[in-house]
Amino acid sequence: MSVVVALLAQLLHIGLMLLAAPLVVGLIRKVKARLLGRIGPPILQPWRDLARLARKQPVLAENASWVFSGAPAVAFTATLAAAALVPSFALGMTGAPLADLLVIAGLLTLARCALGLAGMDVGTAFGGIGSSREMMFAVFAEPALLLVIFTLSLLAGSTNLDAIAGALHDGALGLRVSLGLGLIAMLAIAIAENGRIPVDNPATHLELTMVHEAMVLEYSGRHLALIEAAAMLKLVVWLGLIACIFVPFAIAPAGAPATAWGLGLLGWVGKIGLLLLGLAGFETAIAKMRVFRVPEFLGIAVLFALLAVVFLFVSQGFA
Amino acid sequence: MGGHLAFGTFSYDAAHLLGGGVLVLSFVLLYQRRLTAVINTYALQAVVLSAAAAWQAWVQDAPHLYLTAGITLAAKGIAIPLGMHRIVRQLQVNRSLESALGIFPSMAIGVGLVTLSILVVLPVTPQAQTLTREELALALSVVLMGLLMMITRRTAMTQVLGFMSLENGLILAAVSVAGMPLVVELSVAVLVLLAFAVFGVFFFRIRDRFDSLHLDNLDRVGGMHR
Repeated sequence: MSVVVALLAQLLHIGLMLLAAPLVVGLIRKVKARLLGRIGPPILQPWRDLARLARKQPVLAENASWVFSGAPAVAFTATLAAAALVPSFALGMTGAPLADLLVIAGLLTLARCALGLAGMDVGTAFGGIGSSREMMFAVFAEPALLLVIFTLSLLAGSTNLDAIAGALHDGALGLRVSLGLGLIAMLAIAIAENGRIPVDNPATHLELTMVHEAMVLEYSGRHLALIEAAAMLKLVVWLGLIACIFVPFAIAPAGAPATAWGLGLLGWVGKIGLLLLGLAGFETAIAKMRVFRVPEFLGIAVLFALLAVVFLFVSQGFA
Repeated sequence: MGGHLAFGTFSYDAAHLLGGGVLVLSFVLLYQRRLTAVINTYALQAVVLSAAAAWQAWVQDAPHLYLTAGITLAAKGIAIPLGMHRIVRQLQVNRSLESALGIFPSMAIGVGLVTLSILVVLPVTPQAQTLTREELALALSVVLMGLLMMITRRTAMTQVLGFMSLENGLILAAVSVAGMPLVVELSVAVLVLLAFAVFGVFFFRIRDRFDSLHLDNLDRVGGMHR
């Protein structure tokens, strides 16, 4: 019974991810527009954009190689695989043994590297600048993420996300300074990874400020649809990651019957909704920072993650 | 985890978290680039500190700590920040700050200081309660961060704010040690208020003399250059 239930949960989860990703982006845009006093596009607009782009034929540059046309598929697949591993409404899905935090970080890095290579493939200056900046951010974001993973694995005794979420769900670990510091670091990394406002502006095509958009500037048609879908999925992956680690309530524990999923789903929608409102409010309140201040911003995330590790050693009495 | 008194209980966790919050705000103080933001962060730190004091009062069942919490909130959370904002407006101080070190190096030094204080406090207090030891480590870190802020910032206002935040660390240490007499805390609080008044007067004097609150100017009046 449990194998079937786990498989069903996994399939439902993947469907939920694919369905929710454009909605989340649409909702963020709507809330931001309302906060700025505009009506804003309808919440379903990202869906329509994706559908329109998917129908169109891509325009390729003359010297584009297979890297250019293959990268969107690689990025989308890797991000979807990561999305499948981050639990939403239930723990103990079929993919749970694979859901190692390092694997998830690696899949997201794979997607980023594929797009970085593609940005440089055609040889335009813009794509090159975008790629180099994206990689520069990655250089600072990765160590911070690894330190947060280190902290969590020290606490829970495993790098498996399902095990960590389960341990935090049971509440055996209590409130920890390390978890608080890890949360601050994780939020900073999430903002940088998704190119949200203080780091990068997802809505602009203004030359000097764009990073992710510059990297994918050459794309069109169904390639662009895949890239946009990957970016939306990535946002949901990060929101889900933060929700299941730092707000571990109302998720159906492993082995729970399928009737517990409804509550888990409600909880997930609530958590993601709150995070999304927070993100929209934060983005409205703050100005974008200069590109060369971003390493400093992410360096501080590294420092907070390092402090989390230091405090963990203290409270476990290793020092 | 045997041998750790009160480990994992909620009261311990919450006290630790509040102490950690005070320390994080010390880092935020170092990160800020604008004078008004530094003052607001200082006020927030004082509010978190008074919450920590109130929590300790409840946990230790020591009513006099409520008084400490009240004084902290009224004096450092409200009165001093308001006074600071007033001075900033009256003196038309330049609101952007400069730092002797870059922001990132000074924060990296901050992390080093936290590690140092943990390494210093934990071995010398093996017989104390876990809660007390770790709160002491946190408090010492806040004190050292205040000193760091006094060293790395160049204007008189921020140096005074560094001093005040150092004093927040002292209060944090005082409230987390069970049995600290009220007299000590009261006298520290009064001293800080007095110091703030004296600093206020000094701001105006320095400003009258040099037209700026930049402390490099003070080097010129030192004996060495005569």
